[in-house]
Amino acid sequence: MPRSSKIFRYVSKRLLQGIPIIIAIIVINFFLLNLAEGDAVDVLAGEAGSATPEYMEQLRKKFGLDQPLPVQLAVYLKNVLVLDLGYSFRHEMAVQDLIFDRFAATALLMTSTIILAVGFGILLGLMAAMRLNTWKDAVITVFALITYATPLFWVGLMMIVVFSLYLGWFPTSGMENVAAFYEGWDRVVDIAHHLVLPTITLSLFYLALYTRMMRASMLEQYGQDYVVTARAKGLTERRITFVHVLRNALLPVVTMAGVQVGALIGGSVIVESVFAWPGLGMLAFESLFARDLNLLLGIFLLSSILVVVVNLVVDIIYCFLDPRIDVE
Amino acid sequence: MAEFWTRYRRNRAAVLGLGILFTILFMAATAHLFYPEDPFRLVGRPLSGPFENGFLLGSDSLGRDVASGIVHGAKTSLLIGLIATLVSIFIGIFFGAFAGYFGGRVDDLLMRITEIFQTIPSFIFAILLVAIMKPSIFSIVIAIAVVSWPGVARLVRGEFLSLKNREFVQACHTIGMSDLRVMLREILPNCLSPIIVIGSLMVATAILIESGLAFLGLGDPNIMSWGFQIGAGRTMLRSAWWVCTFPGIAILITVLAINLIGEGLNDALNPRLKERQ
Repeated sequence: MPRSSKIFRYVSKRLLQGIPIIIAIIVINFFLLNLAEGDAVDVLAGEAGSATPEYMEQLRKKFGLDQPLPVQLAVYLKNVLVLDLGYSFRHEMAVQDLIFDRFAATALLMTSTIILAVGFGILLGLMAAMRLNTWKDAVITVFALITYATPLFWVGLMMIVVFSLYLGWFPTSGMENVAAFYEGWDRVVDIAHHLVLPTITLSLFYLALYTRMMRASMLEQYGQDYVVTARAKGLTERRITFVHVLRNALLPVVTMAGVQVGALIGGSVIVESVFAWPGLGMLAFESLFARDLNLLLGIFLLSSILVVVVNLVVDIIYCFLDPRIDVE
Repeated sequence: MAEFWTRYRRNRAAVLGLGILFTILFMAATAHLFYPEDPFRLVGRPLSGPFENGFLLGSDSLGRDVASGIVHGAKTSLLIGLIATLVSIFIGIFFGAFAGYFGGRVDDLLMRITEIFQTIPSFIFAILLVAIMKPSIFSIVIAIAVVSWPGVARLVRGEFLSLKNREFVQACHTIGMSDLRVMLREILPNCLSPIIVIGSLMVATAILIESGLAFLGLGDPNIMSWGFQIGAGRTMLRSAWWVCTFPGIAILITVLAINLIGEGLNDALNPRLKERQ
């Protein structure tokens, strides 16, 4: 069978494996919703100020909350499949609309973070591996150790103290200067200016992670037989490092970038609430304070699905990148 | 034991980490001696800087002592980190041991469940669990344990898979030992060292998760913690940088020390791994 159709079969198999995971996550979501004190009708009654028990009973009937649990679960599953995630009573909007409103800001932050972390992580790891056991290697290792141990929100706050309050280089919060009514390129520059601190904060942890991985991966590749062959052929060390070792060492780092997306979403909740970046993380933080459980569950569901999808995409990219991968 | 210590001591950074951890433990244990007042109590002028008005590390916007909060918060962090890790190791051993020992369908089912929990973004899941159960020490411990056990399960499963066909296990079967007894008394003790190593690193992660939750306002409202201090001080960042800065340094030092100890334990308990590198 040609490789292309093998890959097609592999992809469809992986797609099928992803579906039960997503369904399981939806079911977990449903039970969490039921575990919480009070239902949507209690919330509505609370909002209205007063409601008679008869009226609440009527409302429960209307929302299907008087049905047995399995029936409710089936209805919930059906709703999620048509992307109906419920209603946020605080924002007076459908949850899915709220989420899609805020998604772009989070996507922007995450993309810039991944680019920064992967780019610099590869560079630093490469440097550490080439200057093994020198002071540069030691500095990079210590930097990685400290970054591992630092809470993200604290890094963010310290960044604000130093770079916003003390030096005045960057704005403290928000995504753009709304009062300035910038348009076109000015607006892009303004957003980029606001993006700098949140991106650096969020990428620090992953930078340390990729640096360590890249260093280990380079060292592993240096020990392989093909490097000995290349040396025997009389290639320069430079050529061996950049043409042969680097390419092979990159593969595991690429996979790791995909695996870390789940952690990145968690990190963005913290970073967005520190910098008031108006994305999904900030929305989750607001919904915590407003006790808006529907919204929080919607964000949770969407981010879980995002992780499943990204992992799938990385797997697929991976088998195109590395022809040795067995797709049987 | 003596041999273990000789190997551990070879990693200087790990010895340093142990020293730091003992200092923090001492600080947590003697918190009531040096700061007998409730750390939530208002004890002086608000927003005093470090070394001002008798405050070693300053006071916050309500006049609470930052230094007192840090020593009392040490107890919270260490306790939650330790208990949450123990609970998640317990869950992880349960899943991993059954999956690895019995294999087949049991393995498939348990590993599918593990995979689902590994896929879910852990920090948001923890937030959700605490928000639903209402913030308390109990709910925080449960939330951290629920999001951290899959790694242990995978590790234990691997160990059980490789050990279950060894001769000493077959000998146990021959003399008619029950499965449960073989699992608990024979195989489990043989995979304790990797569990100890992963456990020590998990304590560090648990402390970071706890501080993140407390920072977002999901800490136990009756107990002082470092994350709470930082969360409460962030609005005063412009006028009182010290309120956020010192508790953060406390988290950084504690987590760093525990990570160093974890690496030292790894060197001491898995010597073969070190030689291979």
